[in-house]
Amino acid sequence: MDKIKPNFQEGGKLAKLESVYDGMETFLFTPNTTSRSGAHIHDSNDMKRTMITVVVALLPCLLFAMYNIGFQHFKATGATDATFWDMFLFGLLAMLPVIVVSYVVGLGIEFIGAQIHHKEIQEGFLVTGILIPLIVPINTPLWMTAVATAFAVIFAKEIFGGTGMNIFNVALITRAFLFFAYPSKMSGDSAFVKADSAFGFGGDAANGFTCATPLGDIATNAMDKVPSTLDAFIGLIPGSPGETSMIAILIGAAILLFTGIASWRVMLSVFAGGLAMAALAHALSSATYPASMLDPIAQICFGGFAFAAVFMATDPVTGARTKLGQYIYGFLIGVFAILIRVYNGGYPEGAMLAVLLMNAFAPLIDYCVVQANINRRLKRAKAK
Amino acid sequence: MALIKLKQGFDLNLKGKITQEIVSEPTQSETFAIIPDDFTGVIPRMEKKPGEHVVAGEVIYHDKNDEKIKVTSPVSGTVAEVVRGDRRKILAVTVTPDNKGESKSFDTRSNPKELLLESGLWAMLRQRPYDIVPNTDVRPRDIFITAFDSAPLAPSLKTVLGDDERFLDKAVEVLLSLTDGKVYMGCPTDYTIDSTGAETNTFAGPHPAGNAGVQIANIKPVNKGEVVWTLDVITAARIGKLFETGKVDYDTTVALTGCGIAEPCYVKATMGCSLKSLLDGRLVEDGKEKRIISGNVLTGVKENLDGFLHAPYRHITVINEINKKDEFMGWASLSPKKYSIYRVFTSWLCGRHKEVDLDAKLNGGERAIVLCGEYDKMLPMDIYAEFLIKSIIAFDIDKMEQLGIYEVAPEDFALAEYADTSKLELQRIVREGLDKMRAEMC
Repeated sequence: MDKIKPNFQEGGKLAKLESVYDGMETFLFTPNTTSRSGAHIHDSNDMKRTMITVVVALLPCLLFAMYNIGFQHFKATGATDATFWDMFLFGLLAMLPVIVVSYVVGLGIEFIGAQIHHKEIQEGFLVTGILIPLIVPINTPLWMTAVATAFAVIFAKEIFGGTGMNIFNVALITRAFLFFAYPSKMSGDSAFVKADSAFGFGGDAANGFTCATPLGDIATNAMDKVPSTLDAFIGLIPGSPGETSMIAILIGAAILLFTGIASWRVMLSVFAGGLAMAALAHALSSATYPASMLDPIAQICFGGFAFAAVFMATDPVTGARTKLGQYIYGFLIGVFAILIRVYNGGYPEGAMLAVLLMNAFAPLIDYCVVQANINRRLKRAKAK
Repeated sequence: MALIKLKQGFDLNLKGKITQEIVSEPTQSETFAIIPDDFTGVIPRMEKKPGEHVVAGEVIYHDKNDEKIKVTSPVSGTVAEVVRGDRRKILAVTVTPDNKGESKSFDTRSNPKELLLESGLWAMLRQRPYDIVPNTDVRPRDIFITAFDSAPLAPSLKTVLGDDERFLDKAVEVLLSLTDGKVYMGCPTDYTIDSTGAETNTFAGPHPAGNAGVQIANIKPVNKGEVVWTLDVITAARIGKLFETGKVDYDTTVALTGCGIAEPCYVKATMGCSLKSLLDGRLVEDGKEKRIISGNVLTGVKENLDGFLHAPYRHITVINEINKKDEFMGWASLSPKKYSIYRVFTSWLCGRHKEVDLDAKLNGGERAIVLCGEYDKMLPMDIYAEFLIKSIIAFDIDKMEQLGIYEVAPEDFALAEYADTSKLELQRIVREGLDKMRAEMC
């Protein structure tokens, strides 16, 4: 690496790729830079390690998603002889293009952005890039994913100044963009189960095969099709790839909480808010709002609620940053997610919108909490 | 007397601790130096020229803005050189000792404030806000003495103090005459220093419990418009000694610590002595580049062997510059040797309090603040550290003031700087914030 370095420095032939070179170098080797001012020692933990830990926490969801995509596919085609590995391989082949598209588009824009500003490449997209394939329905055309990712990275992140500066969760903006720009592809009965083959692997289901998510079924009052809460806990149900298995999500949550990267305050209060609202809705259940028939535990297990609570709400950049603020922020996400899900007939799922809404309010919550500290200080000054 | 328990903070367990309490005799230093940067807020205007003779306690320079603030020579000898840097800024004033041990005599009956100023001990005090040498026009609300240093590998101030503890009563008496409030003494849990007149508080908890700023914040925080003074118990003893004997004594005991020192120990030394005299023959010879720090690993000043013992410190730390070069994909490392106080590396299996040997590597690139609460965990004050840092970066004066910039000093953020995943230079940011703030307010 050191040999080719001069090419990339100012005046070198490839000076335009300076950020890319720097990104690659720091990716391969921990930089030998030592501290110049202030503290002489620094912790080993850096942004790369932090981000990669989140990616590791997402792996159970990713692996389960691959298996479940295969499982749903073979269920749809009616093939009974498919083995575990068939299902997994099918899912892998189905998801790989989405992962590649998400990373290539997102990182490509990050690289260009970093080069324009002559900055180091930021690691934030490592996590976003893996979140996107997990929350975008599997049947979404790749070009749509590419357009949505580009939109989100440019307009939700880069224009604000890159990782650490964004107001809204980038992965959720990707999904929201798809959701509102191409609603027909993003919801309904044909989005969530891959019925055709992946790279010629697997069979084709009968034309016009449809299978809705449990929440979709509930919204259309098709209660008999709804799987049991236990199925939803295990996760072998239709849905966005990453969100179906509560078990995989809980493993990820355990990793995030153990390493201390995610805030337990946010996670806990999202679940508390969700359960509280679900209990309230269940107590006042009516046939007009079919989702209110679900008991609170089922509300938590179905749809993207748990995934949003563990991986989306806990994004430290877009969430509340003060301790008290985190309780409020999380609780309201839980409440709004269930509120939208139950009482808004247009959207069978509310987790995404709830997180985005609270992203917008997080700075306000923090402002109030910090203002309390400021007032305390002013009062102290006056009291003397 | 109260026991104050602090939860936030962390005690880094570094290799290179002193195991014996024996204080060895010094080697003679061939030069001594006064480094103006140690006296924050004082802009030097020379009173002595190179070649002129000085005795210990005699003025070398005074503050350009306030002639009354003086910095005096630690030894008797000849002023050798005024080392200047960019824009003729004075980097150091060196003195060649004559080994006669002459010392200026002061009249102990004179006005305490004038005696402190004249002897140069005033410049050893610090005031909050701004963490600078105190303004001579303002009478402080209270005075805070910290009786321990909680930084990694820091010397026991009790050992450094030695016999001089007997001068503390006098020091407290003098300090009480300079304030309308109280003199507070912050002690650790393992020993208490009781001085008549001072209010003693015991602090239990990890570093930065020994920082004066943290102690103030937990006793009686500084409000806008108030001024307090801070000093450590060593400076207090010097003040007491001055008022008892009429002489300034810049002799002290220095702890040599860190994994770069063959046998960590205490050595007798004088403020401003050369590091060569302290470290000759004591460094580990293993071919690795060493970082010599005058002070502790968190707040100290980087020096080389030609450097000097900086005025605020009784501590030298030597660590390796880089333990392992060109580490391949360090971010993916599963090695338990990569130490972190977070549980993101396998080193947590060995415990966070295991003795470790840390080098000067930054271990990552500078990033925007992403993770939250990291600073607050390292700062036992009622301050939203992250919001304060952001307001300083944005230089929003109102916000800085509201969020408590008057209560902090750069050293309070040193531990947060170690722990920061975003690798921001917090101490530099806070120092610049304080300087700019002071320029705006004065």
